This record gives sequence, C-alpha cells and structure tokens, in this order.
Amino acid sequence: MEKSKPRPRSRRTQKTWELRLYVAGQTPKSLAAFANLKKICEEHLAGQYHIEVIDLLKEPQLASGDQILAIPTLVRKLPEPIRKIIGDLSNTERVLVGLNLREQS
Amino acid sequence: MTPAKRKRQQVKLLPKSPTGIPGMDEITGGGLPKGRPTLLAGGAGCGKTLFAMEFLVNGALQYDEPGVFVAFEENAEELAQNVASLGFDLKELIKQKKLIIDYVRIERSEIEETGEYDLEGLFIRLGYAIDSIGAKRVTLDTIEVLFAALPNQAILRAELHRLFRWLKDKGVTAIVTAERGDGTMTRFGLEEYVADCVILLDHRVTDQTSTRRLRIVKYRGTLHGTNEYPFLIGKDGISVLPITSLSLDHKVPSGRVSTGVKELDDMLGGKGFYLGSSILISGTAGTGKTSLATAFVDAACQRGERCLYFAFEESASQILRNMRSISIDLEPHAKKGLLQFHVARPTLYGLEMHLVTMYDLIKEHKPDIVVLDPITDFFAVGSKAEVKATVTRIIDFLKTNQITALFTSFTSEEDAPDQSVVGISSLIDAWISLRNLESNGERQRGLFILKSRGMAHSNQIRSFHLTDDGIKIGAIDLAGRRTQLNQP
Repeated sequence: MEKSKPRPRSRRTQKTWELRLYVAGQTPKSLAAFANLKKICEEHLAGQYHIEVIDLLKEPQLASGDQILAIPTLVRKLPEPIRKIIGDLSNTERVLVGLNLREQS
Repeated sequence: MTPAKRKRQQVKLLPKSPTGIPGMDEITGGGLPKGRPTLLAGGAGCGKTLFAMEFLVNGALQYDEPGVFVAFEENAEELAQNVASLGFDLKELIKQKKLIIDYVRIERSEIEETGEYDLEGLFIRLGYAIDSIGAKRVTLDTIEVLFAALPNQAILRAELHRLFRWLKDKGVTAIVTAERGDGTMTRFGLEEYVADCVILLDHRVTDQTSTRRLRIVKYRGTLHGTNEYPFLIGKDGISVLPITSLSLDHKVPSGRVSTGVKELDDMLGGKGFYLGSSILISGTAGTGKTSLATAFVDAACQRGERCLYFAFEESASQILRNMRSISIDLEPHAKKGLLQFHVARPTLYGLEMHLVTMYDLIKEHKPDIVVLDPITDFFAVGSKAEVKATVTRIIDFLKTNQITALFTSFTSEEDAPDQSVVGISSLIDAWISLRNLESNGERQRGLFILKSRGMAHSNQIRSFHLTDDGIKIGAIDLAGRRTQLNQP
C-alpha cells in the first residue's frame, strides 16, 4: 500500500527488498510498526524497497502462508532467505540485524 | 458463558462431547466437557497426538462435529501418514471439509524480536479455520513449542491465557496437549490455564513390560473415575479399558452345555455348565487340566459350536498330538475352522496387548467357547492385582458376549490346593479342582467340584482317569474305602 519515493543516492547494489508487514487492524502496535519500518527503510534502503501491508482482519486466509503467529510481523521476502521480525520494530538496531542490514555485533 | 449457565443452582448437567474412543466415554460419563478446553498431558510417545486426532476424527465421522487440528510439531502430510495405519483417511476428511490441519511452523532462528507484539495472528488463523468449516472441536498439539520459539515469556503467557478464554468464548471443545514436566504436570505449567479437565497419559515399563495408562486428574463439574486406566493403541486406535466393567448387567442365558464328560455332567446336576458362564479348572502339574479342557472343546465342536483356544504353554500341534492319546481328536474341528488355536508366550507382550489381541480374535472368530490355558502364566507379565484386573476384563467381555469361558489354573504343590492363585474365585461360576491323591503307594487323580453357581452339584471327590478311551470319572479308592457313587 505504500511505495517509497525513489532517491538517487543508492549505496547498495540494485536489489529490491520485498517487505511484508502483517497487522491486525489499526492497533497502536501496528501503526508504530509501520512508522518505524518506513523510517528505517528510508534511511537504509531508500529506493530499493517495497512494503506491502497485509491486514489479517481483512484477509485472514493469508496468515498461514507466511506462518504468521505474532502481530505485528515483518517478513523479508526478498532478498532470500526469508527473515521474520516480530514486534513493533521499535528497536532499530535489532530490526537492522534482523533484516541483515547490519552485522550482529 | 451465558449468565444462565453461571447460575449457582445448575439444573442441567455439564454438557459433554463424546470422544468416541472406546472406554473413554464410560469413565468420563459421556466425554470431554463440551465447549471447554481439556489439557492432555503426558511424556514423549505416550499417545497424546493420537488421542487428540481420534477425538477430531471421531467427531467428524460419528458426531457431525468438524474439527481443526493445529499442529505445531508435525505437518499435515506427516500426521496423515502416522494415522493412516489406523484407518483414518485425513485427506478425505479434509476434502469433505470436516477437518482442517493447520501446521504452525515457527523457527526460532528465523525470528527476531523487536518490541511489543501479541499472538493475534494465531487467533486469526485459528478463528478463520474454525469459521470456514464450522468446527466444533479444536486440538492444539502441542502449544508448548511456542515457549521455545518466542523468547518473551511474559507476552506468551498472557496470550495463552487469552487464547484459552477465547476458545471458551468460541464454544469449541478443545484438547490442548502438553509435555509432562519434571515433577510437574506439564513442563510450562499449562495446567494453570486449563482448569476444566486435565487428563494424564503415562507410559510405564514395569518388569520389562510396558503399559500405557490414563488418568483423569481433574474434571470440573462431573463425576469421573479416578483410577488409572490402562489403555491400548491397537490397530483401530486407542481403547481405554476400565478395570472393572461399570455395569453388571449382562444378559444371563439359562441354557446348559455339556462338559464333554458324561460323569462330570452328572455331577453338575446332570446337564453340565451354564451357557455363558466362567469356568475354572485348577490343579497341580499333571492332573489333567488341559485334557479336561479339550474334552469340553471336543464336545462343543461336535455340536458345531465355535471355539477359540488360547494356549500359552503348548503349541497347537502338541496339544493335538497329546490329546489324540486319550482319543480326543481335535484335528477335524481345526480343519473345519470350528476350532482355532492362538498360541503365544505370555511374555511376548504386556497384559494389555494380550487383552487387545484376545478382543480382536474373539470379535473375528465369534466363538461360543473360549479357553485360556493356563491363565496362571500371566503372572510372568503382571502382578497379582494386574492379572486379576485383566481376567476380570476378559470375563466381563466374554459374559457380555455370552461366550462360555474356560480357564485352567496351575496350582503349585506347596500352595494350599484350593487356593486360587489368581484370586479370581469370586468371578468364577463353576470351579473344578483337580489334584493328586497319594494313598496305598499309588497316585490317583482326584476331581471335585469346588463350586458351581446356581445348580445342585456333587460334593464328592471322584477319581479321574485319563485313558486310551478318553476321560473317565469314577469312584475313589482311599485306603480301601470306596465312595458311594450314588450319593449326591
């Protein structure tokens, strides 16, 4: 539902990051997760990412496909392998580690 | 829960959801609490998953209650394979929309945790599955996997609490399985969430024989059996065997059946045993227990009746050969299929397995007469109490099916001769005691009727002969004094 604005300064190789954020309605946790994700992506993956937000209240049948239990869950579909980050993404460091954007210290 | 149900004076009994597992519904008085979660705890390999699956399959097939199986450990394919041998066709049930298997896979290594979350995703999945087939039954097997996968226990516990509440609100009858903990009922204390019904499964090995047992630890709002009940996983799935039959209301036939020995018939009021009764022949070594049993079988087969002979010490061919020596020829009966032998060493498997084998064979062969020769061999695989429980169950089963049962029992020379080693005397309707009598430098076999319920019978000790011409019962010669045969 949201797409980033492409920006000229791209630090990484041209690969697309397919991100999926699973939420259940507009809960504070979901909204926080989306805002946090957006911010992190803009800072680190500008122009190379695509976020798809899936509301399981509207599409419950999609929960099993990505093995979703926790809400919110961020799934990195691409690049492979699939990674999952659960929670409101408030800890930027851990999100970066989870997305493999930063080596685990 | 509606306010009406919360009223203190509950007029209606707790509604129950039958499991369809033989024996289980008897000990719980109808099944698991309807619309509530039940905790099924037990160690590895004790049959939790199978129990839960049977609950769903039976619900779908017999009670028109579709079910959802949430599997945390095995996927749908594996589950289907595991229960295919029991004749459950999960794929067909899934196709008919009577069953949904939702495999929840969580890989700790794939998951990073950042901040607040809840398990709404699981709720949504489960809710979606329940609603899509109108499920009435749910199994979560085993939800403890979440403890390993999600590091935040505080969130997890709060969410589990919410989940069980939610299941109740949904009105589904649920089974939640849990691994047995060290010194606790479940490893992660799930029993504190599921308060309505707790069932413990156990797999124990005593004297190298394994027995599975089931116990209802708790069942709110209902009477239930508190014993440990042995249960079996046979070829048709689980069957729980209540130690004693809950009712003593078998139909009692009044017909009589010949013992196969004319003189013995005479001693039993002239007509022999009652049909469908339980008969015990006890005696020391070499007193002719098996011979007397085969005479009974021979006579029955000649009348065209069907017999099933469980031999625990001798092979079928050995019995056939030995009995020919006293001119009892069982071979034609065996060839005609009237007589079937089942030879097994008691130590081959546990009492429960013997029991289930017998049940299966009896159902298959549909005999009029069943012989167990000798039941005392069961002491090799069980304690006195266990053997008694097993024999009780056999007798109950045979009586319910109006099958005449003949047991032989070995008494050792040191024992008091009339002491029934199995301690089952109270279950026996007719009891014939054989013993060696020594007098005047000669050994004689003696026979007398220790008891015979519901008929006039002889009180005399008679001599008992195994001759080339069959079994003969005559007067006894003790110190030159012959008993008068015409006395009662």
